[in-house]
Amino acid sequence: MRFEVNGETVEAEPRPGQVLRTLLRESAHFEVKKGCDAGDCGACSVIVDGDPVHSCIYPAQRIEGRAVTTVAGLGDAEHLHPMQEAFTENFGFQCGFCTAGMIVTASTLDEDDLDDLPRKMKGNLCRCTGYRSIEQSIRAGVAARQGATNLGSTGLDDRPACGHDHGDAQRTDTVGHSAQPPAARRVVSGTEPFTFDTDLTGALHLRVLGSPHPHARILSIDTSEAERVEGVELILTHRDVPDAIYSTARHEHRTDDPDDTRMLDTVVRFRGQRVAAVVAASVDAAERACSLIRVEYEVLPAVFDPEEARTPGAPLLHPDRTPEDRVDHADRNVVAALHSGFGDVDTALATADVTVSGEWRTQRVVHAQLETHGSIAWLDEAGRLVVRTSSQVPFLVRDELCRIFGLDREAVRVLTARVGGGFGGKQEMFTEDLVALAVLRTGRRVAWEMSRNDEFVRTSVRHPMRIGVTLGARSDGVLTAMRIEGLSDTGAYGNHSRGVMFHGMAESISLYRSPAKRIDAEVVYTNNVPSGAFRGYGLGQVIFAVESAMDELALKLGIDPFDLRRINAITEGEPVLAGHGEAEADLVWGSYGLDQCLDLAQSALERGRGEIPDLGPRWRIGEGMAAAMIATMAPHGHIARVTVALRPSGDYELGVGTTEFGNGTTTVHQQIATTVLGTDADRITIRQSDTDAADYDTGAFASAGITVAGKALYGAAMALRAAMLDIASTLTGFPARDAVLERDGVRLGGRLIAFPELIAAAPADRRSGDGLLARGSEFGDVRSLAFNVQAFRVAVDVETGKVRILQSVQAADAGTVMNPEQCRGQVEGGVAQAIGGALYEEVMLEDGVILNPVFRTYRVPQMADIPTTEVYFAATSDDLGPFGAKSMSESPYNPVAGALGNAIRRAIGERPYETPFSRDRIWRIAASR
Amino acid sequence: MDLGTIQSYRRATTRADLVLAPGEKFVAGGTWLYSEPQPRLTGLVDITSLDIPTLEVTGAGDLVIGVPCTIAELLALPARTEWRAQPLFFDCASALLASFKIWNTATVLGNICQSFSAAGMVSLCAALDAMALVWRPDGTDYSLPVADLMTGNGTNALAAGELLAQVTIPARSLRATTAYRKIALAELGRSGAVLTGRVDEDGSAVFAITAATLTPTVLRYDRLPREGALRSDVLTATGYYTDPLGTADWRRGVSAVLLEEIRQQLEAAA
Repeated sequence: MRFEVNGETVEAEPRPGQVLRTLLRESAHFEVKKGCDAGDCGACSVIVDGDPVHSCIYPAQRIEGRAVTTVAGLGDAEHLHPMQEAFTENFGFQCGFCTAGMIVTASTLDEDDLDDLPRKMKGNLCRCTGYRSIEQSIRAGVAARQGATNLGSTGLDDRPACGHDHGDAQRTDTVGHSAQPPAARRVVSGTEPFTFDTDLTGALHLRVLGSPHPHARILSIDTSEAERVEGVELILTHRDVPDAIYSTARHEHRTDDPDDTRMLDTVVRFRGQRVAAVVAASVDAAERACSLIRVEYEVLPAVFDPEEARTPGAPLLHPDRTPEDRVDHADRNVVAALHSGFGDVDTALATADVTVSGEWRTQRVVHAQLETHGSIAWLDEAGRLVVRTSSQVPFLVRDELCRIFGLDREAVRVLTARVGGGFGGKQEMFTEDLVALAVLRTGRRVAWEMSRNDEFVRTSVRHPMRIGVTLGARSDGVLTAMRIEGLSDTGAYGNHSRGVMFHGMAESISLYRSPAKRIDAEVVYTNNVPSGAFRGYGLGQVIFAVESAMDELALKLGIDPFDLRRINAITEGEPVLAGHGEAEADLVWGSYGLDQCLDLAQSALERGRGEIPDLGPRWRIGEGMAAAMIATMAPHGHIARVTVALRPSGDYELGVGTTEFGNGTTTVHQQIATTVLGTDADRITIRQSDTDAADYDTGAFASAGITVAGKALYGAAMALRAAMLDIASTLTGFPARDAVLERDGVRLGGRLIAFPELIAAAPADRRSGDGLLARGSEFGDVRSLAFNVQAFRVAVDVETGKVRILQSVQAADAGTVMNPEQCRGQVEGGVAQAIGGALYEEVMLEDGVILNPVFRTYRVPQMADIPTTEVYFAATSDDLGPFGAKSMSESPYNPVAGALGNAIRRAIGERPYETPFSRDRIWRIAASR
Repeated sequence: MDLGTIQSYRRATTRADLVLAPGEKFVAGGTWLYSEPQPRLTGLVDITSLDIPTLEVTGAGDLVIGVPCTIAELLALPARTEWRAQPLFFDCASALLASFKIWNTATVLGNICQSFSAAGMVSLCAALDAMALVWRPDGTDYSLPVADLMTGNGTNALAAGELLAQVTIPARSLRATTAYRKIALAELGRSGAVLTGRVDEDGSAVFAITAATLTPTVLRYDRLPREGALRSDVLTATGYYTDPLGTADWRRGVSAVLLEEIRQQLEAAA
């Protein structure tokens, strides 16, 4: 059949069950994304004969004779559509995976739609931004379009390109300015490739068969019928995998995580766990073959409740693991335990003027990054295994693949394209191991793109926790005792279980000064879907409990909650003590901004009091706040080794290992380079997230993009700069300190030394190829501390349980703000994701079965659900971070649930102890009064 | 998503084409069908190509909605002053989680046939006492209220091979005064409860609970009831259920609150 795409005729014969989305992608229209493949997220939106539709649920059989417009048809990178332009100018994306569909949908709106924008956009989910910047983009785009020319049938705008103005008068590409992401114009035009935006013709496709049981031993697997399916090349079962045991979690030190996972095991421990994999010439053949594999199981008893799991007599998940594997008490399903403290908590509580106590519970939350996990692997001409994957940690994946398959580092290359969101979910190895095995067995290119259902059933969720908190204090509010009891559920595998528990029990507790502290925490196995790394890495759960208990204390004492923090929070220079009586040696006070954050949030909340609407008698209004502290790096080292090279043309090439997945790291790296090297953004080329492109990087987690990779880059750029100035000094005889780096050379002694001359005069040890090279490293040996304070004013309808956020404020201590709009976006996005976790989101399980494994029942916030958050930055500058910057991606999430719970408590007089504070729960709590 | 097991896709143009072979299923808009794996299906029969009028108004003033009618087409009907209930069309479409883009493809009757408790088009039909016309595979027809077609969350009374061909909204209902409330666990999320009220020209009142009960609950009164009577009927109704979109006790409680709002609104309008 024939149809048109962006003005060009396409001939194709769609398969009977095919949808438009895959037909377009098979026609190389990779700008049409897959977020959910079920019509819920809108990433695949296109326009068919003038009407916007979700192409993932549009029958391809109906496209004959119709005209399709994708985001690439609206405008290309050189000639952006006004809506595309608006999304670049207003920072309307972070990872950029939802952007194509977002812009397509927005392009169909006019001024009349703006009053109804949340409803119009409810079919487009963004997990990164928190929607404020998207709404601003759409409003700007609609306004700009009023004056736009008719774009005609191709949709291509013929106006001259704009937005490339880099005049010297107003430099906006250096540190401290809101420079646009280097990929912005490609992202908004759909031309920036993500992992699967590449031609897969000839590749084999891998799909897995999942376990129907939460706990079972595999007695036999019969693949004979499946092997007969046409196109099947390989079927992998536990008989075929390397005899290696490892963790899907990845850290700088692999010994941080428990070795409890086999690629395909003889025992399955959660529903959906991989039992077998089929590699076939088509997705359809692989799926069909999966359905024909016959497996005989011996069903084993299962345990789903973490308290039951550690009770004697419970079924054991990993009885053979030992402390050597980092499983401390396999005989009780306990992966790790933390028992520490100092001072006499019992006596302090017994003699306290007041005590408060409670148990708080958090739920399972999914990352819901719009790009699912997946990888494509092949053998290059030299026989090297090359893996292109959607990962936050390509170097760590390489190292573990080497270990599993017994390969040298030189024999494996791991790289990423732009990554469509991660939030910790891609600090794991969920696809690369099987895909690599399939490549090594077949010698062919093999791809495994996870479905949204795969994401829910066989990746990872945020650790659900039960946190008991008891606080003792004097009547003047001074804390005298803190007791924390924690129980974390890691599900069937240990992944990040240990790190999350230890991290969760650290800055949440060390934030407050107390002469006596006691922590007792355990993380246990259950037959539930595994838990893993999630933005905040355990802190958010524990901070929710501690900050709620602090609010109870404030209420009981009649002390303002901001003041209670001022009384008890540690100040600059004080020892940082969690459970241990001695401070961690690698934590230093590089700066301190909590005092400013408290003042900023409190005054903003007070300003908002003048604008409280009268909502009627059913609505109760309350204010709440919470504070959070976080170290600016992960503990035990986080390493980046980068290169900066100067070419004779005056172009600089940056080799950076860390990954761009919406964190904005690449923009900041470019800004660091332009600032140090005195050049313009268009002279900077960044090769990143590729084990071939940079020396090393531990990975994009723990908000390390600026504090680790950025610092290494700063060092490299400074070294190159110093070398260039020295050479210029040698050439001219003038002192290096008088030299100025410019776009076209070094100015010294009244003349401009052009780059070719400079390079020619360089000492041999600085030369690399036809240019100069400098290296920089950061090892994360010492860490500083950053703060966030969140405040809310809410109204609660006691008759329905609705919680309406009237005001949302976050004050952030980010040190030097490298890129204000991007940093604001990180804070807004973190707050939005946390509002999702606090009010809406919950993976519901029944006997290990996920009841809501789709976005229509798992409620990722829509535009309508997220209020604008006022973001304020403390004026601090850190001694450790580059240009005084601190980390600010994970931490904005952490104080939100506590602040929201506290506001609800103060509104309705009853405290919610369990997230999410869903309408049914709040209604029940309110009705209990 | 691609449905890999589908081997055939044929377009029905006449009633004779509607006899389903084993493994075949009707597809209208396809917006639900393609949103989930359908491993047991091998063939699809496209019914949007049937020669059935999309929308018709009969001489009696009834509105007849045919198989091919998309939700967007229903909403695009020009406003008629005598159809005081017409705003309910948009309200009930908005009760769907599905975005306006999906309205361009999803059909009114398809939403009814999918028969989820939260189906917005079922809410509309229950509110307005719409009648369903069902074609049997043997060529005969039968009619019943759309509300009675529903048997559970995602199930209905249609037998294998039967096709919901038309839905008729009676003129009497279209001329009625109506009111609407919806609540979900998220503001625009999949409905936890959809409540409607209707006062006909003769003063009789009809209240409907959908999404909160597994099948539509329709409460009828000769005239607008007093607060206590309605509340009592709502609280004692059966079929409230728990799923990831809300718990049964909350659904019951908010249905009573929001139907009382509707009752007051209708009282004020009278």
